[in-house]
Amino acid sequence: MTPVTAAESLTPELAAARALGDDALVLAQRLGEWAGDAPVLEEDVALTNIALDLLGQARTLLSLTGDEDELAFLREEHEFRNVQLAELPIGDFADTTARQLYFSVYQELLYAALADTGGALAPLAAKAVVEVAYHRDHAEQWTLRLGDGTEESHRRMQRAVDGLWRYTGELFEPLDGLGVDLPGLHPVWRERVADVLGRATLTVPGGPDRTPWAAGAGRQGVHTEAFGRLLAEMQYLHRAHPGASW
Amino acid sequence: MSGQSPQDAWPLWEVFVRGRRGLSHTHAGSLHAPDAQMALRNARDLYTRRAEGVSIWVVPSTAITASSPDEKDPFFEPAADKPYRHPTFYEIPEGVKHL
Repeated sequence: MTPVTAAESLTPELAAARALGDDALVLAQRLGEWAGDAPVLEEDVALTNIALDLLGQARTLLSLTGDEDELAFLREEHEFRNVQLAELPIGDFADTTARQLYFSVYQELLYAALADTGGALAPLAAKAVVEVAYHRDHAEQWTLRLGDGTEESHRRMQRAVDGLWRYTGELFEPLDGLGVDLPGLHPVWRERVADVLGRATLTVPGGPDRTPWAAGAGRQGVHTEAFGRLLAEMQYLHRAHPGASW
Repeated sequence: MSGQSPQDAWPLWEVFVRGRRGLSHTHAGSLHAPDAQMALRNARDLYTRRAEGVSIWVVPSTAITASSPDEKDPFFEPAADKPYRHPTFYEIPEGVKHL
């Protein structure tokens, strides 16, 4: 088995592609957990459709930096470069909706800017931005309905947007080699998220948008406790039966 | 989740999908959704994910009035023996599709 090229040994362009690919792969895996378990059958299909879009993006991005299967199934926690927001447990439907809102608004801005760079990732970004616009719409529709729904749905949606807020700052850390001014997108993101939350009668969270760990976060390979269990489930079959397929 | 399940609480919608420009919308199936906008999005995910459509209509199932099976004979029987009503006595020009 050839060893997977470490993120540190990649060119900045490829390291950035791997980071974005890991975001998409890990979030796809999380969304897949809703298969058969969503509040209604229709939502089950909607969430897994989104997961499949993300998985497609992940395959394209990761294939640029190595063998997609080896990258998905044979790396350990610290070798993944996804943001921590992507790896957090799915929680309840409000938690998943809040993450989808935060992440899809970010991804839509990112891919639109990336498509404009005209670089190697521009064609992928141009295709993905259309998919992500739908993901954002889906998250927005549910945020509005849960925030401006019943007393209970409002309370749980507010708790979800508050709880995930501290993972949103990492999304806009500069990413070398991408050619996109991520910190420059942050104010636009805040504005768009605040607009949706406002229409949903929710309060924009006021606390810090970074976790207090000085060591950095997902982009530096530092992950949350729940990530190990996600990888165990994702990688178990391949590690037990190398090269298994059906 | 407490109380009634969404399947009981959410109304049923009928979905009509137009496959291509020039065709009419045809009934594709039904689904549950809390309101029309969500019904449209659910329909997109359930009935057009393999590129089946260019346009979707959703209609509350309660808004549809259907003919009753009991009235089948008075409704449809009289048309059975009137072949002259069928436009089958002329050639269809080549190139005319979906007629």
